[in-house]
Amino acid sequence: MITVDLLTKHYRGVTAVDDISFTARPGRVTGFLGPNGAGKSTAMRIMVGLTPATSGTVEVLGGRYVDLPNPGLQVGVLLDASAQHAGRTGRETLTVAARTMGLPVSRVPEMLRLVSLTDAEADRRVRNYSLGMRQRLGMATALIGDPAVLILDEPANGLDPAGIRWMRDLLRGYADRGATVLLSSHLLHEIEAVADDLVVIGNGRIVAQGSKEELLAGAGSVVASEDDARLEAVLAESDLTAAVVDGALHVDGDPAVVGQVAREAGIALTGLRPADGAGLEEMFLELTADSQRDDLDGAA
Amino acid sequence: MATITTTSSLTPSVTSRTPSIPMSRIVAVELRKMFDTRSGFWLLMSIGITSLLAITAVIAFAPDEVQNYETYATAIGAPVAIILPMIATLSVTSEWSQRSGLTTFTLVPRRGRVMAAKAVCTVLVGVAAMLVTIVVGAAGNVIGTTISGVATTWDVTTSGLLNGVLAGVINMTIGFMLGVLIRSSAGAIVAYFVYTLVLPGVFGALAAFQTWFGDLQPWVDLNFAVTRLYDETMTGQMWAQLGLASAIWLVLPLTVGLLLLRRSEVK
Repeated sequence: MITVDLLTKHYRGVTAVDDISFTARPGRVTGFLGPNGAGKSTAMRIMVGLTPATSGTVEVLGGRYVDLPNPGLQVGVLLDASAQHAGRTGRETLTVAARTMGLPVSRVPEMLRLVSLTDAEADRRVRNYSLGMRQRLGMATALIGDPAVLILDEPANGLDPAGIRWMRDLLRGYADRGATVLLSSHLLHEIEAVADDLVVIGNGRIVAQGSKEELLAGAGSVVASEDDARLEAVLAESDLTAAVVDGALHVDGDPAVVGQVAREAGIALTGLRPADGAGLEEMFLELTADSQRDDLDGAA
Repeated sequence: MATITTTSSLTPSVTSRTPSIPMSRIVAVELRKMFDTRSGFWLLMSIGITSLLAITAVIAFAPDEVQNYETYATAIGAPVAIILPMIATLSVTSEWSQRSGLTTFTLVPRRGRVMAAKAVCTVLVGVAAMLVTIVVGAAGNVIGTTISGVATTWDVTTSGLLNGVLAGVINMTIGFMLGVLIRSSAGAIVAYFVYTLVLPGVFGALAAFQTWFGDLQPWVDLNFAVTRLYDETMTGQMWAQLGLASAIWLVLPLTVGLLLLRRSEVK
């Protein structure tokens, strides 16, 4: 369980995290979603005590993270896969973590197998690792203590498609065993595929949160008919906006309503389904549009 | 792809029953981290290598009349005095420069404990390395005097050796302090050379041209006070001067550095 309460972080003239509150629950994967620079990483660093908060509190497993007696056994943390000593081998990096936690070093080869790093790879120095390999090593460090809480910042970055699938199954497995999993991403489809709950952040503020079903409920529908032009017109009469996206007609209304309108107008439908995958993406882009524009201006 | 083999449920109730990480374990891990990287390993090796090179040079080039223990000790001491502080500095700064601190300080969130462990390791390594140089120096003295056929002389006292060890540890602590204060490998190493090469020159010039500073120098010039550990019989006043100079140039900046470090952001 992670409880974030009214968390704020100011830097000189910039508010990186602006009064955010949410709870990540045991047995569920909570997706922390937002564009680059939205404040995800800052919030996660505050959760584990690496960055002091300006105000607000975070409770991990019912107390402050820094008060945990042996955090590695309770909370698995992966904030930045690149933040590992380049001159240390992967195996040594894991050994140092295991020894710090007081675990037997026999856990090291177990974890290497779990994250699919071969013995030869484990004996290479981290400077020679690809991002995907660093990500796997970082996951092994986070998981070695068999923690009940996982805090992972963009863990899928740099992984190949098979690795992303593996990561998804792994996180699902942890949540099913009762763990609290919080993972951030700007990869919408990745989050959508694994998360039970969503917290969407933009410009340091939470712009939406709830279960994935709740957030997707208002996503609208995708419809195809024998006469899309006439359908669009009758939908407009019912105050429903429709737009052609990738050759399909997207409507901001539930399928039941769209079907009703079509039947009354006597238009035969050739397809009708809730806008699932694209729905979250549209919501995400819409909700974070302001912060993305600001980011572009800021970078220029 | 491997799958999770454990099926036990993960319950958060373990929290209250988990014992906290003992200090001895943090020290053991930090000691390991000093030498498990390529740079750490070679810095350690270079103490042995430069010691051997130094005694070889003395055996080959030093005239017979200076074939004594002090010559060997001095020859070995010079390179070691540069290497040891670097080991201490890097043990601190690599957490920032290599960003491994993200893991270190999430596994041990009380940063004061990590820094205390690193300080203990610094002293342990400093004492061990100085003992090694004493042994290598003694071996060099025996071999060198035997080769050149002069009588083997031991012109050192036990207290002189101990003072030498103390000087080595103080130098290493300066490296540690600069690492804590600056938290960047390059910056801290440059600062160390300013501390040990530039400052003594400035103080020396000041003392030479300003008589009022001549009397003050032993009290405020740490390098001056430390150097006397090597080649003087320390009086009570000299110890007091070493103490004050250490307080100004070592303890004070170390305290400031630790306070800043504990509040800083680790990214």
